[in-house]
Amino acid sequence: MTRRLTGIPASFQRGFRRSVHRAAAAGLLAAALAIPGTAALVAAPAIAQETPVRGGVLNSIVQPEPPTLMLGLNQQGPTQTVGGKIYQGLLTYDQKLNPMPSLAKSWTISPDGLTYTFKLFENVKWHDGKPFTANDVVFTTSKFLMEVHPRARAVFSRCESITALDDHTVEFKLKEPFPAFIQAFEVSSAPIVPAHIYEGTDYRANPANNTPIGTGPFKLKEWVKGSYIQLVRNEDYFKEGLPYLDGITFRVIPDAASRSLALESGQVQQTQYSDLEPFEVPRMKTLPNLTMTTAGYEFVAPMAWLEINHRVKPLDDKRFRKAIAYAIDRKFIRDKIWFGLGRVPTGPINSVVKFYDPKVTTYEPNPEKAKALLDEMGLKPNGQGVRATVKLMPMPYGETWTRLGEYMKQALGKVGIAVVLESTDAAGWAQRVANWDYEITTNFLYQYGDPALGVARTYISSNIRKGVLFTNTMGYSNPKVDELFAKASQEIDPAKRQEQYSEVQRILSDELPVVWLLEMEFPTFLDKRVKNANTTAIGVNDTYESVWLAK
Amino acid sequence: MLGFAQLFASRLVKAAAILIAIVVMNFFLVHAAPGDPAMVMAGEAGAADEKFVTQLREQFGLDRPLYEQLGTYVGKIVQGDLGFSYRQQRPVWDILAERLPATLVLTLTAFILALAAGVALGTLAAVTVGTWADSAITVVALLAYATPIYWIGLMLSLFFSIQLGWLPAFGYETIGAGYTGLAHVADVAVHLILPVITLALFYMASYARLTRASMLEVRSLDFVKTAKAKGLSQSRIVTRHVLRNAILPVITVAGIQAGQLVGGSILIETVFAWPGIGRLAFEAVLQRDYQVLLGIFLVTSIMVILFNILTDILYGLVDPRIQVSQ
Repeated sequence: MTRRLTGIPASFQRGFRRSVHRAAAAGLLAAALAIPGTAALVAAPAIAQETPVRGGVLNSIVQPEPPTLMLGLNQQGPTQTVGGKIYQGLLTYDQKLNPMPSLAKSWTISPDGLTYTFKLFENVKWHDGKPFTANDVVFTTSKFLMEVHPRARAVFSRCESITALDDHTVEFKLKEPFPAFIQAFEVSSAPIVPAHIYEGTDYRANPANNTPIGTGPFKLKEWVKGSYIQLVRNEDYFKEGLPYLDGITFRVIPDAASRSLALESGQVQQTQYSDLEPFEVPRMKTLPNLTMTTAGYEFVAPMAWLEINHRVKPLDDKRFRKAIAYAIDRKFIRDKIWFGLGRVPTGPINSVVKFYDPKVTTYEPNPEKAKALLDEMGLKPNGQGVRATVKLMPMPYGETWTRLGEYMKQALGKVGIAVVLESTDAAGWAQRVANWDYEITTNFLYQYGDPALGVARTYISSNIRKGVLFTNTMGYSNPKVDELFAKASQEIDPAKRQEQYSEVQRILSDELPVVWLLEMEFPTFLDKRVKNANTTAIGVNDTYESVWLAK
Repeated sequence: MLGFAQLFASRLVKAAAILIAIVVMNFFLVHAAPGDPAMVMAGEAGAADEKFVTQLREQFGLDRPLYEQLGTYVGKIVQGDLGFSYRQQRPVWDILAERLPATLVLTLTAFILALAAGVALGTLAAVTVGTWADSAITVVALLAYATPIYWIGLMLSLFFSIQLGWLPAFGYETIGAGYTGLAHVADVAVHLILPVITLALFYMASYARLTRASMLEVRSLDFVKTAKAKGLSQSRIVTRHVLRNAILPVITVAGIQAGQLVGGSILIETVFAWPGIGRLAFEAVLQRDYQVLLGIFLVTSIMVILFNILTDILYGLVDPRIQVSQ
């Protein structure tokens, strides 16, 4: 079976199609209401509104200020949002995580799942005017990213060869089948960098890092550190007539309350990720000039959990971890701490990610069951009603995580698990978690569209690596889980792959290596005049080539 | 005059010795914090492996023994080189030079405003002690002193920017306006109003209270009675006799606070998104950007030492009875 997916060139057609669709819908509505004259009245402004217009500058926020915009070297969230307009990947993904063209206009996967061939758009130019060719893709994936990008290194080390068949065709040959490979070409996972600038240099010390050269629809004009980053329209962008915007300005606003004010007063027309504190979201949602969406984060699909160090007793006992799961109310966490943002998880895979299976052991809040499990373990309450004492170090990533820690202390206290809260800052947290110097902490990880890319890493025993963050820091080890994740990562039959992932989800939800708390959602606020933003699984990190501002 | 120059020179020599001690202490202090810049960057990336962290540590020179890192650093400092921020890929001096003007314009304006207004209000309160004017000034000063500074900032910005729309809520200048010359100065001045008022209110309160208390004390001394008996005018007594003697404690406090001006406005810079050095310091702490942090410490230490010397000289000018001696 050869899947040939031809790209939809000129994605700006999306805007047009949608406008036809909306106009039609408006017409239908009016017709249904059977009010003469209304159809024209409703439909006409809809069409006028939905025809993209050139011009205007979009203002947004960048928080925290990134150390660099060279996306290949740094994949911090803000670097992705800004760098995603300057650099491009071969692919982007729709909100169901299906691949869509970006620098590649089409691609084929051989039936044995070993050969991936990408056809690139022609007439693409780097911001310095040099042509973009297959050689840039080969250099980026076989040399540059292998040297500097941990996530890409894990993916492209599976390649036996990466070759340019001609100036606009690249072929990746894998050592073994790895169906998740097609999910690994989004702009932060594999940003294509210019070979003519980086080849043969010290990548991290290259002076060009301060003046990023990409292929994207926007170019860096000015970055005043501590104040703003100003991007301007790339006049030579390879898609005729795009982008619509004259530029995008990202303002550095370090204070959360000031960021809310900026959005409220219209000084910025877009906020994303954690720009606003969750407690501000319900209020901002009611403002008439704004729309809020949680779509556009399907690719990152963050999952938050209690990370539990299995090297510490009694945390090594799955009954204890189950008791924790029964003691807490995850709906309460979602509604009262995250103010309704997010979904209650069932197992290790986020429900928007491929191969999610809801048929697993779930844990409804049930303090009695928690106490029974603790009794069974022989942990009887002492004079103060305390059965066990654990240390919880909340993630130092803002107010919300601190509140979560306080809730945990209260909820676990009710079943006799005393919680001692520890506090630290980001650097201290990273140091302690990576070196297993903790009992329980909160953490959240991105899942990158496929369990083989973003889920397996937390649970497989080969990823127990001291000193490295975002690994299996719990020290959880189950040969069956290792085997299932290994098999599924190479299985090219989707049905068999689903079976393997379903089984692993059932095992993990019974053993609870971590206690999943929340499938996190981030709010994207957009001024109603901003059109066509947030159409893909990477939402605000996409190129914004077809985003436009209504007058 | 020779004595003065001698004194000044000896103070400078002492200052240099203190500076070296500060540099060494700061170096160990920042390295005592858990975690390092490589770890922070791995945490921000959301993914990591051994190679990533090892490469960064090698690049940052963090794989060298601590004493060797200290030796390299002190060696550079002595040559006037503040080091290199690997996180930002730029020399520390460039980063500081970019941020220093914004902070200085903010803090110096606020400082001068606070000092002038504080001394004036304090004097007024002391002269009219016991009347409604005195009570009003005391209450306002107490409120300004006790209210959290960031809260005042947010409320001012809510009122003047969001409700009335008169002033920009934050930032240093209008982005992309490309003003030059006078238009640029005016633009920055407009952005400066709210943060300066917020910062000045706090300092003003302490100067006003200090001036008032000190004036009340001096007012009852014998020489003031003598001046009155001589038939001098009230305003001359207040300015020449009372205030001049009462101002010494204000100078002491102002001298200490002036030294902190460079680093002391983190909250204001954060609330108003002011691209200054206080914020840079705060971020450098979180990011464990050692070289930037040490650079800021060094600059602020120099400021404190300079202002201390300046304060001592001022004492002598205001009150000739105070002898400058070693």
